[in-house]
Amino acid sequence: MAIPFDQILIQTVNGLVNGMILALVASGLTLIFGIMDVVNFAHGDLVMLGGFTGAVTIATTGSFWLALLAAVLVIAAFGAALQATTLRPLLGRDPLTTILATFGMSLVLQKYALWQWGPSARRIQEPLTGQFQLFYLQYPWYRVLTAVLSAAIIGGFWLFLRYGKYGIWIRATMQDRIMASAMGIPVPWVHTGVFAIGAGMAAASGVLFGPLGGVTQNMGLDFTLRAFIVVVVGGMGNLGGSIFASILISLLEAYASLIVSPAQAVIVSFVVLILTLLFRPTGLFVPTPK
Amino acid sequence: MLRLDDVHTHYAKSHILHGVSLEVQPGEVVGLLGRNGVGKSTTLKTIMGLVRPSEGHVRFEGREIAGTAPHRLAHLGIAWVPEDRRIFKLLTVMENLRTGLDRPGMTEARRRELLDKIYANFPVLAERQGQAGGTLSGGEQQMLAIGRAMMLEPKIILLDEPTEGLMPRMVSQIREIITLLHQDGVAILLVEQNVPLTLGVSDHVYIMEKGLVRHHATAAELRADHAVIHQYLGV
Amino acid sequence: MTARRSSTAYWTGFAVVLASLTIAPLVLPEFWRRFVTEILIWGLLAMSSDILIGYTGMVSFGHSVFFGLGIYGAAAALLSVKPPNLWLALLYGLTAAGLAAVFVAYFSTRLRDIYFAITTLVFSQIFYVIIFTWTAVTGGENGLTFAQPLLSLPGLWAARFTPETLHWFVLGVVTLSYLLLRRFTQSPFGMVLQAIRENEPRTRAIGYAVERYKIVAVMLSGLFAGLAGVLYAVQNKFAAPDFVFFLVSGEVVIFNVMGGMGTLVGPIAGAAFFLLLREGVSRYFTEYYLIPVGIIFTAMVIFMPQGLLGFAKRRLNQ
Repeated sequence: MAIPFDQILIQTVNGLVNGMILALVASGLTLIFGIMDVVNFAHGDLVMLGGFTGAVTIATTGSFWLALLAAVLVIAAFGAALQATTLRPLLGRDPLTTILATFGMSLVLQKYALWQWGPSARRIQEPLTGQFQLFYLQYPWYRVLTAVLSAAIIGGFWLFLRYGKYGIWIRATMQDRIMASAMGIPVPWVHTGVFAIGAGMAAASGVLFGPLGGVTQNMGLDFTLRAFIVVVVGGMGNLGGSIFASILISLLEAYASLIVSPAQAVIVSFVVLILTLLFRPTGLFVPTPK
Repeated sequence: MLRLDDVHTHYAKSHILHGVSLEVQPGEVVGLLGRNGVGKSTTLKTIMGLVRPSEGHVRFEGREIAGTAPHRLAHLGIAWVPEDRRIFKLLTVMENLRTGLDRPGMTEARRRELLDKIYANFPVLAERQGQAGGTLSGGEQQMLAIGRAMMLEPKIILLDEPTEGLMPRMVSQIREIITLLHQDGVAILLVEQNVPLTLGVSDHVYIMEKGLVRHHATAAELRADHAVIHQYLGV
Repeated sequence: MTARRSSTAYWTGFAVVLASLTIAPLVLPEFWRRFVTEILIWGLLAMSSDILIGYTGMVSFGHSVFFGLGIYGAAAALLSVKPPNLWLALLYGLTAAGLAAVFVAYFSTRLRDIYFAITTLVFSQIFYVIIFTWTAVTGGENGLTFAQPLLSLPGLWAARFTPETLHWFVLGVVTLSYLLLRRFTQSPFGMVLQAIRENEPRTRAIGYAVERYKIVAVMLSGLFAGLAGVLYAVQNKFAAPDFVFFLVSGEVVIFNVMGGMGTLVGPIAGAAFFLLLREGVSRYFTEYYLIPVGIIFTAMVIFMPQGLLGFAKRRLNQ
């Protein structure tokens, strides 16, 4: 059964778009892991909270851009507060504890969202409607916009890391937390800051994803799972790796959904994860130490 | 200025320091000698807040600092140059130096001043400004590590085996740097295996064995006392 | 002398608990009778998970797979063979869980910590998706319903389960499981598992074949989890994909933490605590019970990581 070319084309672009949104989520997660060894089980729920914050903002103000800004700021602040209260005391304890603690947080956040906003999905109106001509097909502008925005946010963050004053602090802390502290860098605050940035990026993805899939209280799990897979495949702490892996996995899933149902297409990413863990356990781009 | 009183430190279940006491006055160069494993590095790490002592006191300028976070100590004026240098390998030489320059109260002018001074003293670092720290040779990394500590404008530098693994030419360069720092009024607590170097630059020296300070004398006295040197250091 | 004394105390306590659980169905109203039986089943599941998490130090979110396969395996037996046979259900359920355990065991030897945890989570989700979408075989979203088998001793006699005999059957199985698992954890084998948890590289350096121990631990854990699944199927007479969703594993981990890891009884107490808490809290919070319960759990992870019975860990392990 031959698959029509236009389907393949659409799925390629879809894959790229979804990949960029996933990259936005995963970069935050991989950074958080790289700098403080925290596996944030609740990361997807930050995406969800961002989506709801955005939905609420757009319902009151009507502006998508304001919604995006509000979501990022509110959830970044929330993330900082969360890290400072629940995760800081756990620094130095074994990784099992942080997984459990963030898992507990995830449950609470999900049910809180259910309580606050109810079980039905919220929609976010896209700022750009209409479609454009992609070869001989029509493709929505908004989807392209999400990819561009995601890329811009990640790009901006990368520049900040490279050239910003606090960028050095973050990079130094990531390489050698103890020496960074000995040089006067306030490591606990760097940790809080990075968590906040990760949370903010997650929130942004939630808002960007809103018009595409709606915002529901249990959307977090999907994002968390996929982000985990990306982080493992791309290499923990490896920003570039996670971007590449996000796109790779999203493309594979998009193509798979041509053959099987979307619910089953998700197995593709699982398979990629398992293959990676079998043959390149430290990630595709980080050479496995012999 | 820096004073340890009966400090006991444990690493997991091992009792490493069994009651270390020593003192460093402002501007002094104090040596800390001893064989491998007697607890010299642990002493420095305890001072720097990397390990919390289980007993005893660590005081800096009269204040108790045991267990204080390292970044606060850096701001108070204590700089640490660890045994393995611990250069930020993926940061450039310039960025490595900058980590010490982003402190409260620093102006851009002052930063420039300090950087220029370092580059004047260590021209090699100026040459390799834009290179990643990991690409430097052992000796260059040691210079960078010391230079980085100097960016903190510290009152005391904890120097852990700076000449380890260095060629003799580099060793004399380190000696010069220590002399330079001494002239600037920076105190130094120097942990070393290199006995002649230590006796040459220090005002007085502590000798450790099995987690305790066993002997304390001025450098002059020790230079004459070969028996003690042989007993504790086997040379 | 102290060892002997706390041992007597332990067995006395054990006897008291066992006795109260035995009388329970006779004195409690139907709702609470079922509740206690369910606590026992979840307790068994939590105990099986404790072998991995508490004793060997391997966090696994995959217990929902073993549990779920136990349920579906039993369902397969009870639906395909008439009259529905208890022992066949056990066989099918344990085999299914066992096969999954082999798969997970393989990964346990190659992955550490976080990677293992994530993989088991992914594993749960793979099974969830398969079971959810393979409607023809598994009934998909709606699951499967089937008849309860007869309590039978092959060849001797068979009788329908009454609420009391069902409870006693479950109690019997769980108690036997506990005693068996206790034998394992008290033995040199158990000591090695704990050594692996404390310091794997050193245990390996001393000369233990760490991989083999891990494999056995996973198999044990998986089989008993599957057993819990079979019991669940027999009691409730239905199977649903919800049981394979990783959240079930998550809840099991909560039982472990709340009750006290590495104690075997702790997780059962944790299950009881959680289920009672949920029962009580949901009267006020309805379906949002997880908000306060989740907060309590997270707080316990941070401030009381040894769990409710953790203080008695040494005693319980003598």
